[in-house]
Amino acid sequence: MSQKIRVVIAKPGLDGHDRGAKVIARALRDAGMEVIYTGLRQTPEQIVSAALQEDADVIGLSILSGAHMHICPRVVELLKEKGLDDVQVVVGGIIPDQDVPKLNALGITGIFIPGTPMQEIVDFITGHARARV
Amino acid sequence: MKGVIHPAESGKARWEREVLEPALARAPERPGPFTTISGRPIERLYTAEDVAGLDYARDIGHPGEYPYVRGIHPTGYRGKLWTMRQFAGFGTPEETNQRYKDLIAAGGTGLSVAFDLPTLMGRDPDHPLCLGEVGKCGVNITSLADMERLFEGISLADITTSMTINSPAPMIFAMYLVVAEKQGADWKKISGTIQNDILKEFIAQKEYIFPPRPSMRLITDIFGFCAKEVPKWNTISVSGYHIREAGSTSLQELAFTLRDGLEYVQYGVDAGLDVDDFVPRISFFFNSHSDFFEEIAKYRAARKLWADAMKHRFGAKNPRSWQLRFHTQTAGVSLTAQQPYNNVVRTALQALAAVLGGTNSLHTNSLDEALALPTKETATIALRTQQIIAHESGVTNVVDPLGGSYFVEKLTRDMEEGTLKYWEAIDRMGGMVEAIELGYPQKEIAEASYQFQQAVERREKVIVGVNDFVQADEKPIEILYIDDTTAERQLARLAELKRTRDHDRVQRALDGLRQAARGRDNTMPPLLECVRAYATVGEMCDALREVWGEYEETPVI
Repeated sequence: MSQKIRVVIAKPGLDGHDRGAKVIARALRDAGMEVIYTGLRQTPEQIVSAALQEDADVIGLSILSGAHMHICPRVVELLKEKGLDDVQVVVGGIIPDQDVPKLNALGITGIFIPGTPMQEIVDFITGHARARV
Repeated sequence: MKGVIHPAESGKARWEREVLEPALARAPERPGPFTTISGRPIERLYTAEDVAGLDYARDIGHPGEYPYVRGIHPTGYRGKLWTMRQFAGFGTPEETNQRYKDLIAAGGTGLSVAFDLPTLMGRDPDHPLCLGEVGKCGVNITSLADMERLFEGISLADITTSMTINSPAPMIFAMYLVVAEKQGADWKKISGTIQNDILKEFIAQKEYIFPPRPSMRLITDIFGFCAKEVPKWNTISVSGYHIREAGSTSLQELAFTLRDGLEYVQYGVDAGLDVDDFVPRISFFFNSHSDFFEEIAKYRAARKLWADAMKHRFGAKNPRSWQLRFHTQTAGVSLTAQQPYNNVVRTALQALAAVLGGTNSLHTNSLDEALALPTKETATIALRTQQIIAHESGVTNVVDPLGGSYFVEKLTRDMEEGTLKYWEAIDRMGGMVEAIELGYPQKEIAEASYQFQQAVERREKVIVGVNDFVQADEKPIEILYIDDTTAERQLARLAELKRTRDHDRVQRALDGLRQAARGRDNTMPPLLECVRAYATVGEMCDALREVWGEYEETPVI
């Protein structure tokens, strides 16, 4: 089953609102992906280390607290340090329009605000996950 | 219903045969499903037959009379309107203080403090997990000095304040008491509410610090302390709001919240308190979601369930122990980022449901809250929505206008019966603490939340502007953007505080707190001493983390 896309879903920061993270974890699993949910209050270091251990193709960050402009750059930087540049990072949550170009500049193009259909997220991940060898 | 609605057979079968069937043959109904937002099937028509088993005096009663289905006040809102309490907080204490003064000037009648995540999690701004979080979701309060800034120029003797704080509730409450004391306000006279509901944190919102049992002890310490020292304070606001936002059904919100309430009462009794000494200060906090009648039925059923449980399960004698008082907030989760102006309409309908259900206090959300914290303008529209319901709609002229509606009375009864079934299941597990340890309510909510999302994906549930009536060319609206100057400012203040306060007094006070935590003494007096010494929220919580450890959950998907 090595063809399955492997996704780490993570809740960084102090926020405990995990409804979105859990619903999306289940939807991706139902779509045939291998999903690892980290649980709450993960530091960028813990998330990247989970991605390394789990051989993840994609990291999905759920952030509703407004801390995304601190957390996302740090996750991307740590992935580079570990040579995991090809792991696709996607973000879901409350992301103001004005932050979207800044996140795009980091290479994060999958940004999903409230109300995004789950199928759209599934399709994006299927299309952008790193190619498995 | 004896004595009110004619008990005779309503002739529904005849009507179905002679009127309905030919009509359906000519024009069939829409495909449906005709269900509430929680997935509850709803009949086409309710008649006297649906409420034939209800006895008005026994099961419903007049307003102000047991079992309070029709309200706890005989005069409804003709006496006193609900408290218009808008939840607010962001950035530094000074910025939030200004927002409070604006809300009071606009006719707000109570304050409600939103704290940021570092404060809610008992961490000072210099902790690594606070990166990017200081002042973002609420106001940052690190020490008594911040609390003094937050209420500068606001007389705590003259206003009631609700504080949404849970794990660090005793620390923040102690700060409030010391500010009141410094203003010269009498603890015996001040009033307000601390949320202080840890069970729903384990179930839904997840802002817990300590394990369940020491967390429950902090709560019973507050019950005991307030019964003597701050008798008008609402010591807990047992909350369904977050359970619902996490994706529960309306029934689960009702059942789990009231069962949490029973758990607190049981722990209070087990700690040696008399039911009638502390139960009258327990209040509740519900969500008002978009399914109008189901929400109204939920509030009406809540009053009866609580009255019955206090009277029969706990033997409470004081009618004030039987009367369930509650705050309501419209459903944040129902707000859409798409076509955000539609949220004003959603909020107005939800607020109306809360009022028709007899809420004692209400927060209406702002139209931009799926995008950010509200601006001053959107927060004002939210308050105006309540004022329009109160002063223009006419619904406040009459007590419980929906009482006697076949549909509403039947739905109220169904909510009650459904709740009792959930309670039986939880009682079998040994209680709510045990049920939480088993992950039971967490699993129920995760399942309901996934089912709802699936229904939205299949478009069985329409969300205007999201999965139907979508508009392609939307212009973005202006939102409140909180920059990082708050974090810098609060960090500088923390460093300054640590330089200038009496270091030895802080250490002695924290030692006193550790000692109380290890033994059985009430933790409130040592906390008050910590606060007076300007110990920080993080330091006080760390002292207790050393004694009790931290809780970590096993996630349930």
